[in-house]
Amino acid sequence: MDTTAATPVEKVSVVVAPRRSGPRVWMKKNLFSTWYNSLLTAVFGALIVWVVFRLGRYLINVDTEIIRVNLRLYMTGRFPSEQLSRLWAAVFVTTAGVGFFARAIVRNGRRKAAEAGLGFERSNWQDVVRRFWPIGALVVFTLSFTETITPTLLTLVAAAIGVAAYWLGAALPTWMVHRSWAIPLVGTLMFYVVLAGFGGVGWDLWQGFFVNIVLTIAGISLAFPLGLMLALGRRSTLPAVRYLSVTYIEFLRGVPMITLLLMGAFALGFLIPGDFQFSLFLRLLIAITLFQAAYIAEVVRGGLQSVPHGQVEAGQSIGLSPWKTMRFVVLPQALRNVIPAMVGQFISLFKDTTLVFIVGLLDLLRAVQISTAQPEFFAQGLEAVVLPFAAVYFWVGSFVMSRESRRLEKKLGVGVR
Amino acid sequence: MTATQTSAGKRPPLWRNVRFIRGALQVLAVVIVLGAIWFLGNNLRNELVAKNLPTNFDFLGQPTGVTIADSNFNPGSPVRAALIIGIKNTFLIVIVGIPILTVLGTLIGVARLSTNWLVAKAAMVYVETIRNIPPLLIILFVFNAVILQLPPPRDPATPLDWFVISNLKITGPGFAASSGAGVLLAVAVLGLIAAFVVGAWRTRYSEQTGQHHHRVLWGLGVFTSIVLIGYFITGRPVSMSFPVLDGRVITGGFGGLGAYFAVLMALVIYTASHVAEIVRGSILAVPRGQTEAANAIALSGFQRLRYVILPQAYRIALPPILNQYLNLAKNTSLAIAIGFAEITLVTFQAIGNGYPAPQLILLLMAAYLLFSLTISILVNLLNRRLQLVGN
Repeated sequence: MDTTAATPVEKVSVVVAPRRSGPRVWMKKNLFSTWYNSLLTAVFGALIVWVVFRLGRYLINVDTEIIRVNLRLYMTGRFPSEQLSRLWAAVFVTTAGVGFFARAIVRNGRRKAAEAGLGFERSNWQDVVRRFWPIGALVVFTLSFTETITPTLLTLVAAAIGVAAYWLGAALPTWMVHRSWAIPLVGTLMFYVVLAGFGGVGWDLWQGFFVNIVLTIAGISLAFPLGLMLALGRRSTLPAVRYLSVTYIEFLRGVPMITLLLMGAFALGFLIPGDFQFSLFLRLLIAITLFQAAYIAEVVRGGLQSVPHGQVEAGQSIGLSPWKTMRFVVLPQALRNVIPAMVGQFISLFKDTTLVFIVGLLDLLRAVQISTAQPEFFAQGLEAVVLPFAAVYFWVGSFVMSRESRRLEKKLGVGVR
Repeated sequence: MTATQTSAGKRPPLWRNVRFIRGALQVLAVVIVLGAIWFLGNNLRNELVAKNLPTNFDFLGQPTGVTIADSNFNPGSPVRAALIIGIKNTFLIVIVGIPILTVLGTLIGVARLSTNWLVAKAAMVYVETIRNIPPLLIILFVFNAVILQLPPPRDPATPLDWFVISNLKITGPGFAASSGAGVLLAVAVLGLIAAFVVGAWRTRYSEQTGQHHHRVLWGLGVFTSIVLIGYFITGRPVSMSFPVLDGRVITGGFGGLGAYFAVLMALVIYTASHVAEIVRGSILAVPRGQTEAANAIALSGFQRLRYVILPQAYRIALPPILNQYLNLAKNTSLAIAIGFAEITLVTFQAIGNGYPAPQLILLLMAAYLLFSLTISILVNLLNRRLQLVGN
């Protein structure tokens, strides 16, 4: 029925299209409308031809030997090779968790829509592909540098597990679906146990692009509760609490993240008694969390300010305590409004995790740098090969997330209502 | 139950008294924070003493043991002097970077909305590519793939004989000062003040008579004539100086390290992509009627932007652009990755030479806070001028 309804709509749009069309009209309108537009077109056309030419020559001549040799170093750093199966198991856990979680969200959405008496529009798989294809392309891009078939097969297994989990998610009992927030928690726990439990590899040896991802996700998740508290503190009516929060937030927002990382690497050891020293990874994670909390606090504050005061008064009028008003009336609306800004913060942390390389953690950027110092690749200008390679990973991640945030912004109607 | 019924005249118990709860909560918060600070400070003192490090800031006077490229700084100079050079180098990136990235960001933001399809798409590709890449990566790339590809210092390029370009240092024409240059500088400052006074007078004149003010022309004229007169009266203390290559030593001219240009270029490229998005959004936020009004009084495309759209767009754009200026100031710390001696690298080296990290990092943070505060105060002053009255 849907298809029959959709066809005439497409026909109408064809009829509405301008009568005078065709490449010549389009070019006259969009490229050569005035003399200076023609000039601009000529200049930019030449520039683009030159860039495309250089890029094409670069892509044809580029020797990716260094990437093929070092791909594992880039992705996982010096993760012990005999433990690599654990890493794959962790990937399987992740895809399974994502599959279950996605299904749980869909089921929750449908239930809530049914309760509210609204129709529920489930996004079809073409939509999902359209949204996340760059990530798939990135995986294919990575696999194209592998030297054996094993990683490809294991990736296919991981994808199959994800799809199977989504499919099996239909059979999850309802009480589990109601507590869908528990899935990421359990998943994270399993992820850690699979990697580090029973004589595995602790986080001190988590390196490469893997550590960029872990630091981003862990940094935001750990910073969120702290940031939420700071935001509430900044909006508090108690002057002492307010001033303490403001001082913390403004101080940390005024300094660059690298100073916090330096503190984590060199000074944090002085602040805790000598017997309780943490590893570099943990110290940097603490520094990142403290830093991000200040930014998240500002994001959340924006959300809190966007909730009209009438909502608070409505909560009070039905006799809710201040805490319950916050928890059930204000916060749900505030947090909904700040999801796009949170994604923005997520992107900026993702890019900033590269800074850990300055204080000596072996992340993707560091791995890329030390690979150019290897004897067989030394001083051959291979930075021009490996740095763009690393850039692709950050670009895809940031691009997909920023597009998602724009989609959410539209979907949630932020700024409309 | 009885308590609520006979509450008239009775005070609520202490744990239900709002004033008491508020006071107690605040005292609790302060006590927790102070306790944490005391605990950490105590640990800090103990650990510093245990590791035989100083617990105060007296080490600032001791020799650093580091050298800083492109300055007459030697390892015997005190830590304090090294930090000051670091601050100066950070400042040099910020002060040169802000104007360039403002202009570049505006141009790209306007280009994204161009009616010319090719220009708009090119600007879009630029913005979407650059702003999704970590700035650190861009710095490394520009340094490795652009600056280090320049000729080596022993055989630099000398285009026009005006520049000496090597991958270590880039030098161009500059000014050489002799005695009396200080007086000329004072005259120039006077000229600047005079130019602003004249500009203000022209503005008032224009408002009273409706004549065109031409205040930029007038101001420039006043400034140039004052400086020129001063130049000849003080006996021509300043002359053009071109870099001269003598073996590997460059004398005269004005220039900077290759690493400096790498950081500057990379950060301008990166931050401009963010500014471009802000400018684009702000232009879109200017009501469409303004464009139509400008068209109705037959302004040209440039006039429409210059006199109608951009002034209103900047009013919206300034606060977020301020954030980008602050980001630029904070991102200068990434120069540490390519060894440009700004404040973070200097601190890093001092820590490496055995000076106590906690104090040095505290100083580093204070320096950045100072930068951030200065920039926000200046831009907020500008912002106040730009905002509509009554807003």
